[in-house]
Amino acid sequence: MTLLTDDQRQLHDMAKSFLAEEGTIKQQLRHWRDIGCKDGFGHGLWKQFAELGLTGIAIPEDKGGLGLGATEAALVLEEVGRNLTPSPFLTTAVAAVRALEGTAQGDRWFPGILSGETVAALAVDEGKHHRPDAVATTATRSGNGFTLNGGKQFVVHGASADMILVAARTGGSAGEREGLTLFAVERDAKGMEVENVALTDHSKAARLTLTDVAVDADAVVGEVDAGWAPLSRALNAGRAGSAAELVGVAAGAADMTTDYLKQRKQFGKLIGEFQALQHRAAHLFSEIQIARAAAYKAAELLDAGSDRAELMVHVAKAKAGRAAALAVQEGVQMHGGIGMTDEHDIGFYIKRQAVLDRLFGDWRFHAGEVARLAGY
Amino acid sequence: MADTAELTTFREETRAWLEANCPPEMREPVKSEEDVCWGGRHFQFQSAAQKSWLEAMAARGWTTPDWPKEVGGGGLSPAEAKILKEELRRINARNPLNSFGISMLGPALLKYGTDEQKQRFLPPIVRGEIRWCQGYSEPGAGSDLAGLQTKAEDKGDHWLVNGQKVWTSYADKADWIFCLVRTSTESKHGGISFLLFDMESEGVSTKPILLISGYSPFCETFMDDVKVPKDQVVGEVNKGWDVAKYLLGHEREMISGMGLGGGSALLGKSVGAIDDPVLRAEIAAFDVDALAFAAMSERFIDQLKAGEAHPAMPSMMKYSGTELNKRRHELVMAAGGADTLEWESERSRKGKPAREWLRTKANSIEGGTSEVQLGIIAKHILRLPGA
Repeated sequence: MTLLTDDQRQLHDMAKSFLAEEGTIKQQLRHWRDIGCKDGFGHGLWKQFAELGLTGIAIPEDKGGLGLGATEAALVLEEVGRNLTPSPFLTTAVAAVRALEGTAQGDRWFPGILSGETVAALAVDEGKHHRPDAVATTATRSGNGFTLNGGKQFVVHGASADMILVAARTGGSAGEREGLTLFAVERDAKGMEVENVALTDHSKAARLTLTDVAVDADAVVGEVDAGWAPLSRALNAGRAGSAAELVGVAAGAADMTTDYLKQRKQFGKLIGEFQALQHRAAHLFSEIQIARAAAYKAAELLDAGSDRAELMVHVAKAKAGRAAALAVQEGVQMHGGIGMTDEHDIGFYIKRQAVLDRLFGDWRFHAGEVARLAGY
Repeated sequence: MADTAELTTFREETRAWLEANCPPEMREPVKSEEDVCWGGRHFQFQSAAQKSWLEAMAARGWTTPDWPKEVGGGGLSPAEAKILKEELRRINARNPLNSFGISMLGPALLKYGTDEQKQRFLPPIVRGEIRWCQGYSEPGAGSDLAGLQTKAEDKGDHWLVNGQKVWTSYADKADWIFCLVRTSTESKHGGISFLLFDMESEGVSTKPILLISGYSPFCETFMDDVKVPKDQVVGEVNKGWDVAKYLLGHEREMISGMGLGGGSALLGKSVGAIDDPVLRAEIAAFDVDALAFAAMSERFIDQLKAGEAHPAMPSMMKYSGTELNKRRHELVMAAGGADTLEWESERSRKGKPAREWLRTKANSIEGGTSEVQLGIIAKHILRLPGA
């Protein structure tokens, strides 16, 4: 069944009104950008996420969380996307929590995440493209623990994080999933250099340089050499979640554009009267509907533990990436000159889409994975 | 979502019944036009299996699973109907009956027909005894459907119909027609009535239209002083536009299914080895869109059954599904290379890929062009000015 349950509707309504009131572009994104905030998001708002229970959305009930699934996360993330609300919700409450699920490291970090005091980040990518199985960062055994060496980039909220999940190689070689191990490393760990980089959309991601970073054996998330399992849980959650957020970005940009078509006059007419624009707006509407259905389906299959979930997650991330690209490009174009100004909000959508599309793999990567999984 | 106990029982019983009643020959994909069962007064069954499959399904009302039992339907709940569909797909069962009566006329009769009309027309549709065709388009009207000219004059005890229809699919094979006629010229949309009549009535003739695919599923239909009994108008006289619009929603819903190209089969898997990286990338991008559209179709059907779909949503599904289907066949032709250009050879199964590709070009024209659908979305969903 693809319709929402009553509980899901309630959660969605709650997230919708919370983010429309507290997470607006003016209060959050533009505000933090203008004052040059080093985190790119407000900790006050993150505390509000915690008060509403949202930081624990995916944390099991017996650990104090809401114990909800990818579908519920998607409903919240669509509203996050619509308002371009900057927060560590996707990386911490969704992706990192899924990696930590059922591990000893979970018990250590869940309380801080629940209270809104802890931010967690995920360090996977090493090159300019998302290639999770190409991890080259090494973790060599030393005494009771491991020594990590290597470099990471596109670590979203890395400089604001208290803990960073680092994927490293304890065996195997680039291209292999075996031999990867996931470590929970404290941001302040000796030997870890964190360069805080402002991205195009005014969010922050870090470049990490790990030089002989020593971690205890208990920093391992899950099992040594079997890090692909927690890593892929986090990636699937992150991909499905960012697909939902992209749907929100697309819908937010499209709504803003449709409203503009109804007020802006040119050549003595409302521009929304021009058939050329009507048809493009209608096509865009269709693409967003389809992307939303794909995002919901991916979340539903993940929650059901279906063996088709991985395929559908790739479909959702690719489809949402393309639909959102269309939405933001049409958004700026249909706004005309004013759409190019910093004063107008539509430009924030095109910048956010660019970052979200690349996060956890762009649409080309995911279309390629669809082909690979299908065996062609 | 997991089935409830009752639904689990229903699923088990359905599975067992299908196992016992669906002949093995009906679990093979359709190979040619002849394998499609249309029913009707003059239909020649291709095999005993085709006949028994239709009869078994019709006897349970499962050719129309969600229609009420009073008119011969299956009386299934939406959840049960979905299970039946899943179980049919699981064994690759062929459609027991293809019918415009089921997909288009039936829903309109259920909503607008009198009790007498429902009892008279619906059970034969369920059993596949009467084959219907649709008389909407006219020369010069096309997607401007309300511009139709065929007129029906009130002659006291009957209607007298004169005019011409075009693009009537399979009119030469149909037993009856559901037809839009002008009963008043006072207003464009207000003077239309929805009429049913027997194609064997005196004054009705048809002529096939040869298409670029080399086939002629479509016909021109001529009506010359055709007498139609008064009780064969559906809905109120002059208010047939409401019936027509409702029926078009169902037609668009049906056509949108084409985008799925036989379920959620991945195109990249079905075309064989792809050595061209550009083509592979195009196909992968297509498969993303097709799988996403399959998810949309499932969601749309669920929304429709729950009464949550916007009335203009069938336009969006029709637009997206048909554009997708056209793209699919462009890619099939590209992947097939020179082989798919053969028009008559055995190797190409008498030019099947090329003929199908050409046929899909009609998808975004029939049932209202893509441009008409986009206009409907702009007006009724986005509420853009002047649309």
